[in-house]
Amino acid sequence: MSIIAITILALCAIGVTAAIILYFVAQKFKVYEDPRIDEVEEALPAANCGGCGYPGCRGFAEALVKADDISNFNCPVGGAAVMSHVGALLGHEVKAADPTVAVVRCNGTCENRPRTNQYDGATSCSISASLYSGETGCQHGCLGLGECVEACNFDAMYMDEETGLPVIIEDKCVSCGACVTACPNNIIELRKKGPKSRRIFVSCVNKDKGAIAKKACDVACIGCRKCEKECPFDAIVVENNLAYIDYNKCKLCRKCVVVCPTNAIHELNFPPRKEKPAAKPDAKTVKPAAAAKTEVKDAPKAEPKANDSKEETSDNK
Amino acid sequence: MNTKVLVAPSPHVHSGDSIQKNMYGVVFAMLPALLFSFFYFGLGALVVTLTAVASCYLFEFLIQKYILQSEVTINDGSALITGILLAFNVPSNLPIWIIIIGALVSIGIGKMTFGGLGNNVFNPALVGRVFLLISFPVQMTSWPKPTGLSSGYIDVETGATPLAIIKEGLNSGQPLSKLMSEIPSNMDLFLGNMGGSMGEIAGAALVLGLIYMLIRKIITWHIPVSVIGSVAIFTGILHMVDPEAYAGPLFHILTGGLLLGGIFMATDYVTSPMSNKGMIIYGIGIGVLTVVIRVFGAYPEGVSFAILIMNAFVPLINVYVKPKRFGEKRK
Amino acid sequence: MLKTFSIGGIHPAENKLSADSAIQALPIPQMVSIPISQHIGAPATPVVKKNDEVKVGQLIAKSSGFVSANIHSSVSGKVFKVDDIMDASGFRRTSIIIKVEGDEWLEHIDRSEKLLTEISASKEEIIKRVGDAGIVGLGGATFPAHVKLSVPPGKTAEVLIINAVECEPYLTSDHRIMLEKGDEVLVGTQILMKALEVNKAIIGIENNKPDAIAHLTKLATNYEGIEICPLKTQYPQGGEKQLISATIKREVPSGALPIEVGAVVQNVGTAYAVYEAIQKNKPLIERVATITGKSLKNPSNWMFRIGTPVKDIIEAAGGMPEDTGKIVGGGPMMGKALSSVDVPLTKGSSGLLLLPREETARKATKACIRCGKCVSVCPMGLEPYLLMVCADQKNYERLEKDAVMDCIECGSCSYTCPAHRPLLDYIRLGKGKVGQIMRARK
Repeated sequence: MSIIAITILALCAIGVTAAIILYFVAQKFKVYEDPRIDEVEEALPAANCGGCGYPGCRGFAEALVKADDISNFNCPVGGAAVMSHVGALLGHEVKAADPTVAVVRCNGTCENRPRTNQYDGATSCSISASLYSGETGCQHGCLGLGECVEACNFDAMYMDEETGLPVIIEDKCVSCGACVTACPNNIIELRKKGPKSRRIFVSCVNKDKGAIAKKACDVACIGCRKCEKECPFDAIVVENNLAYIDYNKCKLCRKCVVVCPTNAIHELNFPPRKEKPAAKPDAKTVKPAAAAKTEVKDAPKAEPKANDSKEETSDNK
Repeated sequence: MNTKVLVAPSPHVHSGDSIQKNMYGVVFAMLPALLFSFFYFGLGALVVTLTAVASCYLFEFLIQKYILQSEVTINDGSALITGILLAFNVPSNLPIWIIIIGALVSIGIGKMTFGGLGNNVFNPALVGRVFLLISFPVQMTSWPKPTGLSSGYIDVETGATPLAIIKEGLNSGQPLSKLMSEIPSNMDLFLGNMGGSMGEIAGAALVLGLIYMLIRKIITWHIPVSVIGSVAIFTGILHMVDPEAYAGPLFHILTGGLLLGGIFMATDYVTSPMSNKGMIIYGIGIGVLTVVIRVFGAYPEGVSFAILIMNAFVPLINVYVKPKRFGEKRK
Repeated sequence: MLKTFSIGGIHPAENKLSADSAIQALPIPQMVSIPISQHIGAPATPVVKKNDEVKVGQLIAKSSGFVSANIHSSVSGKVFKVDDIMDASGFRRTSIIIKVEGDEWLEHIDRSEKLLTEISASKEEIIKRVGDAGIVGLGGATFPAHVKLSVPPGKTAEVLIINAVECEPYLTSDHRIMLEKGDEVLVGTQILMKALEVNKAIIGIENNKPDAIAHLTKLATNYEGIEICPLKTQYPQGGEKQLISATIKREVPSGALPIEVGAVVQNVGTAYAVYEAIQKNKPLIERVATITGKSLKNPSNWMFRIGTPVKDIIEAAGGMPEDTGKIVGGGPMMGKALSSVDVPLTKGSSGLLLLPREETARKATKACIRCGKCVSVCPMGLEPYLLMVCADQKNYERLEKDAVMDCIECGSCSYTCPAHRPLLDYIRLGKGKVGQIMRARK
């Protein structure tokens, strides 16, 4: 009996002593942390994608709390809603940033851009890009090895086996920019999502002279400047044999799409045109990638492999 | 040309070596020891080996196909090695159901939980063996006598291993010189005419396998030499200090699982260090631990434990023991 | 016991199919494309324009820096255009395309076969004329030769090592040069010795070329200070650091140049080109290449004009075999796979190898079984398995710490890996990234 009593007493004494020591130590080494960091972190989507340029949501929250002006900060995942919430928490004015979405600027499908050789090295776009100009005559276009898909933490991309090009699932894309950095050829761009997701862009990054570009790929931009002349809003600039549409100036009038001789300019999510202009003899060449993109919105998970584990790792902070 | 030319980074040729070639090379090197065990233990050895190999294959297949739902890679030969090694590490009269449990632990816990071949920390066969040794100590330590080809399976005459004879004898205070007369001669030990696990008895056959693997460059000399060498040196010192209390180096090398462990189990690719320097450190660790367990520990035999303990140190060795770099300045 | 380098190394099947085939002159093509970047360093600046008439040996692109090289016309004719074309590097780059008309050489080039052993040029003159002649390392690395000959202040060269190892399987161009132009090589070596002010030269030859060793040993008795050093056949003995280790037992420290241990290494083909440049006034406009492959009708060695399309040399050797899977510019271990036969042969083309598809196509990659074979074969004492993982995970700090920059890209690791892992592919990628990071830090 007494043994039990002694045991209990001794344990209590140890417990109390330890608690006292712990209390003083905790007081001594206390680190002050702005409580707002926790609040802001709470408001963030916890995707830890790094799309904001900071190491995870915690890092972003710390930067937000420290900053005097948060108008240059943007959480691509949460978008305007989250940023205005954060702004309210920190007492800053936030003007809504336009939502953006990743866009693949290459339509070099197997059909449009014939393969001239077969890459047999490690499955990595970076390795292929540092080795040579790629499997086709186009040394600027998509290499088709899926490094962007691997980089995507949101299951928002997959490789289309038929075209050999990556496809972005718009509804899932949070515009974190991981694929943009992953692509060694800088094919993927974050562009303004546009009203009702309507967008117009040049689906080509080939800077070669027109003849070479055209020879390598049926739907390459050949730098003919027709679109530049056609555009009533000066939104299109042709530089280094390549047209680029400034999405801030573009008013989505779709005139450039019609004049492009190689169908390199794509329009997405527009209602069908009333009368099909007869000036488009080979409408089939423009189809593949653009059409696929809109179709897949509600397509089943076509390419679930490889990414399953990634998402889990992104969750644990 | 109808097919397109290939383009890839250099090198453009390959040695033609493959995982299978190495694995089946090891299996081939184990054949002499396997034949010796059939020769000494007869039917029992055959039953135990077949059971172990078949169940290792089966468990690997089932786990890969239905639990991991990954690519099934049972034809890479690693399950075959695990099966044979597991059989080598148990007595030839072990009941079938115990062997199957051993195979499940080997493959299931020892290998697949870590992610399959290439990722396991511990030698799968040894994980199975030690599990069985702790769970079924009686069955795992009743060693059949090597009575030849006609031996049966379960109902065979059993006896102690030389190591056990010495250990018990010393514990009960008998002098070593008297005990040594009770065990077979060194030549008998080398040829495997003693009690013990199936694969560990025939030193000659194991050495034959080692020579084959060295010639084929499946393994390098570093691990076997450092394991056996360090045991020889350590026991040699002890023997010189007190010849009546400690057995000599030759006895320690030829008895128990030292040759089997040093040649076939410590050299397992996955669970041994990558650099030559690391391999030597690892080998010395195994040798020293083996002697410590055999001489000072409670178990008469310690090779399995020594290897498993050193397996745990392999990641550490890989991080801290780097190969000698070209052009490195000597300090 | 024959000498070889200190750590690692492999011994791939030698396959020196064309060793007995004498060097022949490849017919001059109708059109040559001469890239302005055939060397390590800054691309040369073109000094000719469309429709200019050029003669053989005329300067057409000027060196644009210290580490750069002049480029001369290899044919006579009219400049067709200066344009971007696909070259052996795998990318579209500026080249000077010349339409061939006749074969008219500049007058001061001595085209006779007469051996000139008297070296009249001074040290400075030699270095300048080697630079003017656009000579680059002909072993394949194409590092401008005059840069290596200019010993930096504070350092002294003690020994010249001539690389006649030809450790790459299949290739035999250096072997044939030694057999057929032995005297010229030795005079070239003496010229290089004079430029470096050393009185000792070692020619390292692997013992799979006993006829070359015997031939040069006999000739070398007529030349002072040249020693022939037979070496055990072991890849990558032709690596600069490995060759120094094999011949004079000194290890070049990590990140340092051979001059640090008093050695300068030049290829045997370079020695021949130096002889031609100094004694005969002939710039680097042609070189020897091996065309080889197991299925090829006629594996052979050819003297070709720089800029000749690859398909010409294939034609000369009996045409492309049916089973060709890969066209490699250079040897099988470090050569570069070509994506088309229209690219031109350049100063760095030591050979052209047509590999059958089944021999060269990569097998499926398996999981690493941690056998450590890559570690044991690495001639630089690195841990390829670890570097590959770090490169894949973009762990550049660890890559740098584990000396990825020491990698000489010899390919021994990928060659050996039983799991067919593309070790070198990833290591090379990581090396590029770490190099960028290190340069940015400076």
